[in-house]
Amino acid sequence: MKITRRQMLILLPAAAVAWESVLAGTPETSPNYKLSDHWWGMLIDIPKCIGCGNCVRACQTENDVPDGHFRTWVERYHRSDWLMANSGVISANPLIDPEVISPDGGKEGFPVATDTEGKYFFVPKMCNHCADSPCTQVCPVGATFVTPDGVVLVDQTYCLGCAYCVQACPYGCRYIHPQKKVADKCTLCYHRITKGLTTACCEACPTGARQLADLKNPNDPIHEFLKTHNVQVLKPQMATGAKVFYNELDGSVR
Amino acid sequence: MSGVEGFMYPNEIGLEWSVLIVLYPFITGLVAGAFILASLERVFRVEAIKPTYRLALLTALAFLLVAPLPLQLHLGHPERSPEMYFTPHSTSAMAMFGYVYLWYLMAVLVLEIWLDYRREIVLFSQSAGKWTRWIYKLMTLGSNNISERSLAIDERAGWIVTLIGIPSAFLLHGYVGFIFGSIKANPWWSSPLMPVVFIFSAMVSGIAAVMLLYMAITKLRKQTIEIRCVDSIAMYLFYIFIIDFSLEMLDLIHRIYEADESFRSLNFMVHTQLYFSQIVLQICLGTLTPIFLLGITQVVKLPEIARKRIYAAAGSLTLIGIFAMRWNVVIGGQLFSKSFLGYTTYKMGLVTREGLLVAVALTILPLFFLWALVKLLPPWPEKNVPIAAAAD
Repeated sequence: MKITRRQMLILLPAAAVAWESVLAGTPETSPNYKLSDHWWGMLIDIPKCIGCGNCVRACQTENDVPDGHFRTWVERYHRSDWLMANSGVISANPLIDPEVISPDGGKEGFPVATDTEGKYFFVPKMCNHCADSPCTQVCPVGATFVTPDGVVLVDQTYCLGCAYCVQACPYGCRYIHPQKKVADKCTLCYHRITKGLTTACCEACPTGARQLADLKNPNDPIHEFLKTHNVQVLKPQMATGAKVFYNELDGSVR
Repeated sequence: MSGVEGFMYPNEIGLEWSVLIVLYPFITGLVAGAFILASLERVFRVEAIKPTYRLALLTALAFLLVAPLPLQLHLGHPERSPEMYFTPHSTSAMAMFGYVYLWYLMAVLVLEIWLDYRREIVLFSQSAGKWTRWIYKLMTLGSNNISERSLAIDERAGWIVTLIGIPSAFLLHGYVGFIFGSIKANPWWSSPLMPVVFIFSAMVSGIAAVMLLYMAITKLRKQTIEIRCVDSIAMYLFYIFIIDFSLEMLDLIHRIYEADESFRSLNFMVHTQLYFSQIVLQICLGTLTPIFLLGITQVVKLPEIARKRIYAAAGSLTLIGIFAMRWNVVIGGQLFSKSFLGYTTYKMGLVTREGLLVAVALTILPLFFLWALVKLLPPWPEKNVPIAAAAD
């Protein structure tokens, strides 16, 4: 086939445009990483969490999370006793009415607990990377999506900033980035896990209360853990296929 | 953080959907309602309301032109909004917006108005002033045929467009209800009744708006209000309002009786943060009072002047009530925590992009559009007569 100079002049820019769109759809190179080999989730061991806020700070530093917004945060629950020792009266249902605080997302830890009654515990929260995520369902342009390896991400170059996904998330994990004006959320440190590292929050946790889990990896300790422990997900009635698993989750947690 | 009572998830403290998102269903509701009033005359042959037929169509168009503006102003990246047309996400209710809107604007409203006004447009294009003649010439789309046969075809085609328009109007506003009703994460919104309630409240607000506009414009033109016309409109308003109110009460009673996990939290919100806008404005002042007032005109024989005053009062209260209803849905749905453990406050800006001034401007803007449309396409028969005579 003979291509004239005129044809060449037409073909070259067209090829350049085509190549650009090929590049746009190509994920960042991670030579040893195969999408189809992984299915990511996380294990949060509630009895191990001491509420130090290391994970919140690490996440903010790693991912440049704007102040006042959180990709991960820690809540402290205080569940009172059914029978109040001081007064001897039955309390309002403590399973329905726990006292919860999360000052600045628990970033700087928590004030000393003073009440001797009831029980205190910490619940780290983050995106649940749902398999049937209600947030990706509602996005009008498909800018947010579940990756083949099970992580919910946002294409921030494509997001309109309509905030419909923020409304659709039952867990309050999304926000509109105040400067970028697009939806922002936990990426499960996708830039790290695809390079064989763990997430910033897991890395910074001093007690190992947070463990990155690869459900497709037969050697991942998550499988043994799920078999032998009392593990739950948040708001199971929402049927979102949440993949953040909580060990010893109290019934009062939402 | 100030303004928070109890516990909110930390990302929930600021509201993402502002007063502009309140305006959006309010405006599309007026569009759908006005169109349905127009179709009553066209399809169901309710002759009494003929004087408002064209006004209703122009009102619908004026408001429809403004409807996407609050959405655009609210978007973080309005320049990316065309992506909704080019790469719509098939599972998203919102992705439908562009298509439903364009369909309704171009295939229904503009087409119906054009068909209905075609004879006048052609006549104006031959008789109007130098510059306006050009506008009318453009609007004829090159067809100057106004023979009897051609007008009969217009009439028939217009009837078919209206027939398609009724389900389209339902779709336009039912879909807005679905945007809220389909969010399972939010118990204040999540309800299959939501689209139905939205459709009926749309009819109520649109009919009330056209009734008020007709009365006000007729007064401004120093003409007499056709009492038979407003009587009929008020009757329709009364009955549709009763259906709307019954549906809303059904939803309320169902929630109270079921008292699911969200009930305590929502109940508290209605009795505190939303007390004024929901109980006082929406239910007492904006629904029960106008229903009562309209009810009086249905059972008691009142003098004409009293009826007109009652209609004006009931219509205004209705619009306030429906606006309050939109407010309570959109803002109310974001005031409580999805943990059901706390509440936040909505702080409306004044001169910000999504603030009060912009909202007021967007509410008034359709009236300017309507004024321009009425100038261009006068809906009053008497104005057309001399031109028609001159052309003969």
